[in-house]
Amino acid sequence: MAPEEEPAEAVSAETPGDDETEPERHAGALVTRSRGQEVLHATRETYLETVEALKEEGFVMCVDVTATDYLERPVRELPAEIAPERFELVVNLVSMEPARRVRLRVQVPEADPTAASLFDLYPGSEAPEREVFDLMGIRFEGHPDLTRILMPEDWEGHPLRKDYAMGRIPVQFKAAPATR
Amino acid sequence: MTTTPADSAVGARSVLAAETSEGTQELARRGATDPRELLREEGAVLRLPEGVAVDPGDIVFESPEDETMIINLGPQHPSTHGVLRLMLELDGETVLRTKPIVGYLHTGMEKTAEDLMYVQGGTNVTRMDYLSPFYNECVFSMAVEQLLEIEVPERAQWIRMLMLELNRISSHVLFLATNGLDMGATSAMIYGWRERELVLAFFERVTGLRMNHNYIRPGGVAADLPDDWRDDVLDICEVFPGRLDEFDTLFTNQQIWRQRSEGVGVISREQALALSITGPVLRSTGVAWDLRADMPYLHYDEVEFDVITGSVGDVFDRYAIRINEIRESIRIVHQILDRMPPGDYRIQDAKVTPPPRSRIDESMEALIHHFKLFTEGFKVPAGEVYVAIESPRGELGCYLVSDGGSKPYRMHIRGPSFSNLQALPLMMRGGLIADAVAIISSIDPVLGDVDR
Repeated sequence: MAPEEEPAEAVSAETPGDDETEPERHAGALVTRSRGQEVLHATRETYLETVEALKEEGFVMCVDVTATDYLERPVRELPAEIAPERFELVVNLVSMEPARRVRLRVQVPEADPTAASLFDLYPGSEAPEREVFDLMGIRFEGHPDLTRILMPEDWEGHPLRKDYAMGRIPVQFKAAPATR
Repeated sequence: MTTTPADSAVGARSVLAAETSEGTQELARRGATDPRELLREEGAVLRLPEGVAVDPGDIVFESPEDETMIINLGPQHPSTHGVLRLMLELDGETVLRTKPIVGYLHTGMEKTAEDLMYVQGGTNVTRMDYLSPFYNECVFSMAVEQLLEIEVPERAQWIRMLMLELNRISSHVLFLATNGLDMGATSAMIYGWRERELVLAFFERVTGLRMNHNYIRPGGVAADLPDDWRDDVLDICEVFPGRLDEFDTLFTNQQIWRQRSEGVGVISREQALALSITGPVLRSTGVAWDLRADMPYLHYDEVEFDVITGSVGDVFDRYAIRINEIRESIRIVHQILDRMPPGDYRIQDAKVTPPPRSRIDESMEALIHHFKLFTEGFKVPAGEVYVAIESPRGELGCYLVSDGGSKPYRMHIRGPSFSNLQALPLMMRGGLIADAVAIISSIDPVLGDVDR
């Protein structure tokens, strides 16, 4: 899963040439607009490189890292080159001069819910990434302390996943006496 | 980690348990912490990449265990503003490492939001940051409106700005109260709560509630301002400057206060940016970043105000910024008083907002719309959007995904307190435990916002 793997490079170099009208790209990622906001679609392999390029471009702060579980709704608006997966990692970056925002959406497959950690680029992503791991179950490779942050440390399951039903799971307490 | 289908069939539960119990959240003893982690924790939970925060040469990897001690501060400690728990490693009275442990107030509000219609969503989000409820409502409503691609009437936007700025005043005044209390100035507590009550009384007149208003809703606001609202707001604007001067007399120019707060809990501009710190804490380092000025929403581009910045990034700067931000908010409120336009306080779109009560008696159509709106809610076109506003604590963001139904498919709130807490270990390092309390207070965390 090293970001600088060669096959990933080859894929990203290939795709623009195939299209007659070249799709818009920013920092190597495909660009779409959602209600006027700029959204970048990086692949999991090029994700770290894209963020690195954006940081160099002046996006000084990683404001937020979150994720969505598209279990019930596999179809959504994506560029043709990007195959939808169950999880989607959403990263919000902000640039102060000039003042602008950019949002990255990265598809993360159910079979291997891992992604590269942004910790080395933006240390402020530490807590949000822990939150995503805790509530959505996506693992971040290279994260220094990937433990649960909001749920108790011995909690089972990831509550924000769509197959984690509400109200059906008894509240778990540490060392609670068994019910009689 | 690779699992074969046979593996997962054996016992889904045990696999899940193994995968999700990642280990302890607590601060481990020095001997039980690996050097890489220790390097990071010394600089903080800090978690700056190696070498950025601390000089590796500074770190004692083999400190005798009996010379340092790990203690818990909180979760039930009055100075932790709710249920923040800090694990501190102390050498005598000096703080070596700090780790904030959060989650004691986690009630899964993001999950709850997926089960509430957009019309109901406001009641949920308003309870997150309970000291600035209007901000939560506003950011949620603005996200819904962007997905719907509707424009809110002018008057509704100015009413929103009025409530937001008054809310900033009430939130910052409470900060003055608790900050004073944490530093041992108990009189500040009483004055701060008294001032806040003035604003809350106005909120109660307008919305019916002192907190958790659910007043700002998708499409506008819930009700128009009462007839004599100008008098109430003018009262607040007249009383506050004098009261703030009293705070200046009580604290700003007072020797004890300055000695306790100056040079304590310093954070640099680079560190603040790296750690995703926003709001007054970021501005205290000299970064003039305020979403109201830099990425204007509502009508903030039409009012005049100054972005207050500090230069040192210490506890005193953060205090001074907030007390001056109250003054700027009053300045904005005066301009809102002058500019408040007449008109609708919510969009007249039967699909989004309920029809006026009087129409229901005479129009079948209106009755149907009313019934539909409150049983099924309104449908929002599929899409996703991220909206951010400047709350008293920093950037409050709402990431909203719609699948075309009447409930959000996913709602995420980016709480400013949650990210700002990441600065704690860095600010605390090398300070005294008495300063620790001042530092927590200077970040002004609201645990409802941290844990959501």
